[in-house]
Amino acid sequence: MTESTIPGTGAAVAARPSSQAAAALRKRRYAADTRLRVAGLTAILAAVGMLGLLLWTIVSQGLPAFTQTHVRLDFPLSAELVDPADLEATNWRAVVTGGLNAALGETASPAQQRLLSQIITNNAQFIVRDAVRANPSLVGSSITLSVPAADPFDGLNKGQVLRDVPEANRRVSDAQIAWFDQLSAQGRVTAPFNWGLFFNADSRFPEMAGLAGAITGSFYLLLVCFLISFPVGIASAIYLEEFAPKNRWTDLIEVNINNLAAMPSIVYGLLGLAVFIQIFGAPRSAPLSGGLVLSLMVLPTIIISTRAALKAIPPSIREAALGMGASKHQVVMQHVLPLAMPGILTGTIIGMAQALGETAPLLLIGMNAFVTSPPGGILDASTSLPTQIFIWADSPERGFVSRTSAAIMVLLGFLLFMNAIAIYLRSKLERRW
Amino acid sequence: MKLALHAGVAALALVAAVSGAQAQTRDQIRIVGSSTVFPYTQAVAEQFAASTGGAAPVVESTGTGGGFQVFCGGVGADHPDITGASRAMRLSEFELCATNGVDSVTEVLIGYDGLSIAHSQQGPELNLTKAQIFQALASEVEVNGEIVANPYKMWNEIDASLPATAITVFGPPPTSGTRDAFVELVMIEGCEAFPAIEALEGDRKDEVCERMRQDGPFIEAGENDNLIVQRLNADTNAVGIFGYSFLFENSDTLKAVGVDGVLPSFETIADGSYAVSRPLYIYLKNAHKGVIPGFEDFVNEYVSEASFGEGGYLSERGLIPLPADQRETVRANVTGGVAMTAPAK
Repeated sequence: MTESTIPGTGAAVAARPSSQAAAALRKRRYAADTRLRVAGLTAILAAVGMLGLLLWTIVSQGLPAFTQTHVRLDFPLSAELVDPADLEATNWRAVVTGGLNAALGETASPAQQRLLSQIITNNAQFIVRDAVRANPSLVGSSITLSVPAADPFDGLNKGQVLRDVPEANRRVSDAQIAWFDQLSAQGRVTAPFNWGLFFNADSRFPEMAGLAGAITGSFYLLLVCFLISFPVGIASAIYLEEFAPKNRWTDLIEVNINNLAAMPSIVYGLLGLAVFIQIFGAPRSAPLSGGLVLSLMVLPTIIISTRAALKAIPPSIREAALGMGASKHQVVMQHVLPLAMPGILTGTIIGMAQALGETAPLLLIGMNAFVTSPPGGILDASTSLPTQIFIWADSPERGFVSRTSAAIMVLLGFLLFMNAIAIYLRSKLERRW
Repeated sequence: MKLALHAGVAALALVAAVSGAQAQTRDQIRIVGSSTVFPYTQAVAEQFAASTGGAAPVVESTGTGGGFQVFCGGVGADHPDITGASRAMRLSEFELCATNGVDSVTEVLIGYDGLSIAHSQQGPELNLTKAQIFQALASEVEVNGEIVANPYKMWNEIDASLPATAITVFGPPPTSGTRDAFVELVMIEGCEAFPAIEALEGDRKDEVCERMRQDGPFIEAGENDNLIVQRLNADTNAVGIFGYSFLFENSDTLKAVGVDGVLPSFETIADGSYAVSRPLYIYLKNAHKGVIPGFEDFVNEYVSEASFGEGGYLSERGLIPLPADQRETVRANVTGGVAMTAPAK
């Protein structure tokens, strides 16, 4: 502030001439300014710090799940083990053990064989079976495959299972570690990017579990939710904004829509369970039921944002169109709605992002089921990303701790992507009047 | 605005599909029930789907009581085929089933689950009796023949031989089947050691024996056992109560608290010397036999030696198998589709 006179401001003018009181007052006011700024900055830093801590915890826990330890083995497919005419009757466990024996040269007792086979995933038998089924001509020779290592050994390879812990207190025995080190020395142990996290469905073995079922489930959920809430939401908003008379009834509807937007989401879940599943007989755990429930939840958001977008269109546009002889319907469909579309789409995408992250109502309608194959349509049982996180967070196996965080990262990625689209649409398409 | 129109038509079609869905049958098995039985059913479901290539069964964790509610809802494709339970079916549930036409149900005892009391590896050795656990956790205890509000804050106030650390116990909330089992197996038995409580009658006795303290040392930690495990690692003096499989998976950071001098292990739970264990059941709806594809194969997989036998994949997950002769009986019951009779209570 300069020392120029500001006429008419009583106290300041009166006290001004070289008064110490004025200087003290100024100092106090500057100090108050600084305090306010510091308080604001501290608040922001605290918020950023907490967010950072949250992200850091999730990322540091989740990153290990993006690689998966694999063991490359040559599985012998001798004719005595595998009958090409009847692949179903083959003892694939024996084939898998054969692969391990071929690498380690062990002819161990059955008990030791069991310990040995625990190094790689239990589902290795099905991986080998499927590979041979796809290529039956291999029978008689051998097949080289990289199969996931079992969860404790994945942890060992990533340093999560410590070797200096007494043997009785860890999930892997000294003998198993020796075998694993031998495999490692032969260059058979690799830790490539964990594609299984995206392309496998759920499994009880962390090393085999992936998000394919959850991602497809969430996709179907959002599809159903969009197909219902988008047209219904826009139609109600247009009616309320363009056609409805202003009276007590429309006021009541408006208040109710605003209240619905603030309703705890679990209530929609209870409603879905009671109405859609128990009365209409919609299938439990299916994206159809989930999508119906979520569309109820998203509707108020879409209606409110659509009405805001419609309100933002200047009356001059409507009046000009009406003046040219357009009917009410033509004004809305040909002029107002297209101009309001960017705002409507932004609101819809934000509503969809909200639906994507919603868990509570889905738990009530059973979308936290364990299904080992991705859903084939909206009537098949499936999980969604948030409910998958819920299931994994509750599993005893160690590997699910990092996979839970990895799934959170994937969900956050999708949410960021959707919000980025909304921001892009808003900045690119929105017109200012 | 063709798009909006098309979307509207599609939405109507969807709603039509909902009402049509009721009539449609299903090709996959649906299982509900206890969250304790859930991991075992999960294992069988995955094995079944991978080995037969059939439709993957849908397994849902609803809790024991919630499972019976849905299971006993009726017969037909809209209702689940199997429910898991961490306690036997109650008479009220049996009657609910009967009223809804579910009159032939086979009860299958699949094995035992140990409840473990554990704490961090860094913590002091603890060995408790059921009476001491009762004294540490009950809302009212007996002191000098009087029943008073629980005064104990430190373990060594209960018994001088116990460590001088504050009592901090994380346990399941009242909605959990684990909590029911804990109260039944530890608290009720623990309170038998106190003559003044034994002298009480009726509801008052149940109340003293069953009510957990609310003044701080016992902390309800939610249904998520992993959370309890993490808290125990953070607080080395705290003790947690959870299923044995969580202790088994986390044996590098946690150690068990002995109960009446016995530590939980597969052997001690199976032979009954570790007394804090409970039976686990699955219930089969016989009316769905031959109607839901794969139902019988799935159940046979469940009671096969490779699954619930000794060294089977369920025991690798923490289930304590039944003795061999009992397994035979269970298998015979399952194949014969023997319907259960009304439970005593």
